[in-house]
Amino acid sequence: MQRFVNNPSEVVDDMLVGFLKNYSSLLAPTDNPKVIKTRMAGEKGRVGVVTGGGSGHKPAFIGYLGRNMVDAVAVGEIFSSPPAKAFYDAFRAADGGAGIACLYGNYAGDNMNVKMARELAEEDGIKVMTVVANDDVASAPKGEEAKRRGVAGEIFMWKAGGAKAAQGASLEEVIAAAQKAIDNTRSVGVGLTSCTIPAVGKPNFHIEPGKMELGIGHHGEPGIRVDPLGTADQVAEEMVNIVIPDLPFRSGDEVAVLVSGLGATPVMELYILFGKIAELIEEKGIKIHCSYVGNYFTSLEMMGATLTVMKLDDELKGLMDMEAESMGLTQFKR
Amino acid sequence: MSGFANKEGSVVVKALIETIQKNKDYLSEVDGAIGDGDHGVNMEKGFSLCLDRVDWANTTFAEAMRTLSRILMMEIGGSMGPIYGTLFGEMAKVAKDKEHLSSADFSQMLNAAVAGIGGLGGAKVGDKTLLDALVPATKAFDDSIAAENDFAAALTAMSEAAKKGWESTKDMVAKVGRASRLGERSRGVYDAGATSCYLLLTALADSVRPLLK
Repeated sequence: MQRFVNNPSEVVDDMLVGFLKNYSSLLAPTDNPKVIKTRMAGEKGRVGVVTGGGSGHKPAFIGYLGRNMVDAVAVGEIFSSPPAKAFYDAFRAADGGAGIACLYGNYAGDNMNVKMARELAEEDGIKVMTVVANDDVASAPKGEEAKRRGVAGEIFMWKAGGAKAAQGASLEEVIAAAQKAIDNTRSVGVGLTSCTIPAVGKPNFHIEPGKMELGIGHHGEPGIRVDPLGTADQVAEEMVNIVIPDLPFRSGDEVAVLVSGLGATPVMELYILFGKIAELIEEKGIKIHCSYVGNYFTSLEMMGATLTVMKLDDELKGLMDMEAESMGLTQFKR
Repeated sequence: MSGFANKEGSVVVKALIETIQKNKDYLSEVDGAIGDGDHGVNMEKGFSLCLDRVDWANTTFAEAMRTLSRILMMEIGGSMGPIYGTLFGEMAKVAKDKEHLSSADFSQMLNAAVAGIGGLGGAKVGDKTLLDALVPATKAFDDSIAAENDFAAALTAMSEAAKKGWESTKDMVAKVGRASRLGERSRGVYDAGATSCYLLLTALADSVRPLLK
C-alpha cells in the first residue's frame, strides 16, 4: 500500500488527532474519543443536529460539523457504523433541551445503532427524531425508495437541517426541512477503481481497466452495471439520465447540483464532468440555483464521482443560501 | 442430567474470542466479496477487547457472555456489533443466576438468541444472514435432545447443522443488509455473518463438550 499510515487498525484515531488540531477554533473533542462536536454545540433552547457514520468518506462526516451545520458527529471505524454509545454520546453533546435531529444515511448498521442510542437518550429525557437519507437511485428501483442508500445527498440534508435549527426552529420543523431536502434529492455514483481499507490491506473489489461501474456505492458496493468507460461527456450523460428522470426533475424546476469525487479522481476531471452535466440539465429547462464541485463525500482512494441533484422550493433555497462554516461546506452570505 | 457449571464456563467465551482472532483475515476476505471487507477486522477488535476486560479466573460463563455482549453492542458498531451483542446478551440473560447449565438451558439460550436477532432487522431464514446458520443449528440441537440424545451429541448435531446452514448461504440471494442491494450478484459467495456464526457455534460446541459432566 502506497499510503501514509502508522498502525492500520488505528487510522481513525490518528486522523482525529490531526483533524481536531487543525479545526481547534471551531471544533472540540468530547469525553468519548469517537464523538466530536462544535464549540457551540448544546446551546440552550436550540435543536441539536447530529449525524454519524463510518469513516473513510472525508469530508463526511466530521467535515460537516460547524456553524449552522451539524453540531455533533459519531465517528465509526472505516466503512463501519459507529457504535450505539457513540451516537448516544453525540446526542448528549448536542443536547440543548430542544431535542435532537439525527440525520443519517440508510445502512443496516446505522439504523440499528441509532435505534439503540435513541432508546438510551430517551431514558435520559432527550427527544430524538430521525431522517434517514436514501438518495442513491441505483441502490434500489423506483417504488422501493425506502431501501435506497444514503450518499452525497446527505450533505444537502445536513445543510437544510442545520440552517433550520440555526433559525431557532422546533425539532419537528427541523426534521420536516431535512426530510423535505432528502425527499427532493437524487444521486448516482460511477466508480473507476477500487479502494483499500488500511487494516484489510488489499482492494475491496475490482474494476477492470477500461470499465466503469455505474451506480457504485460509497463503500464499493457493486453498482447496477459495468460498462466500457466512455468519455467524460458520455459518463456525464449517463449520470444525468439516471438521476433526472427518477424524481423526476422537470422543466421549470430550480435545483442545487453537487458533483463529488470519490477520493482519487483529480478535481480537474470533476469540472470536466460538471461542465457537461450543467449543460444537459439546463437544456432540459432546469435552472441551477447553486452548485458544488469537489471532494465532498469520498470513499477512501476510489476513483470515480457522484452526481447529486436537489429540487428546491423557496424554503430549501433559503436554507441552502444561509451562511455556514464547516470544513466540507462553507457558504458566504448570498 | 449432564451439563456444565456456570462458574467453569468462562473458557467457552475465551474459545469464542480465540476463534474470531484466528479467523480475522478469512472473515474479512469473505465479507470483501459482496460487502465492504471489514467483518473480520471489526469482530476481532470487539472480541479482543473482551479478552482484556474479563478477569477470567473469577468470572462465570454468564458474566463473560454479558461482558462480550456489552462491548459488541456499545463499542463496536457496524451491523455486527448490535447483532452479535444481542445474540450473546440474550444467551447471557438465560444463563444468569443458574449454577448449572443443562441441555434444556442451552436450548433456551439458543432460542432466545434467535428471537432476539429476529426482533432486530426483520431478517428471516433464507435471506442470506447469520440466521441461516443459527436457526438450523438451534433446531438441530432441539431435535437431537427430543430424540433423547445426550448434550454432547446434541452439540455435535448443532455444529453440523450450522456448517450446512452456512454452506447454504452460498447459493442464496441476499434479502437484507448491504449485500441485498446487489440482488443476483450476491449469489455464489458465502454470507460473512453466517460464516462467523458457523465458526462461533462450532467453537461453542467444542468448548462446552469437555466441560460436560
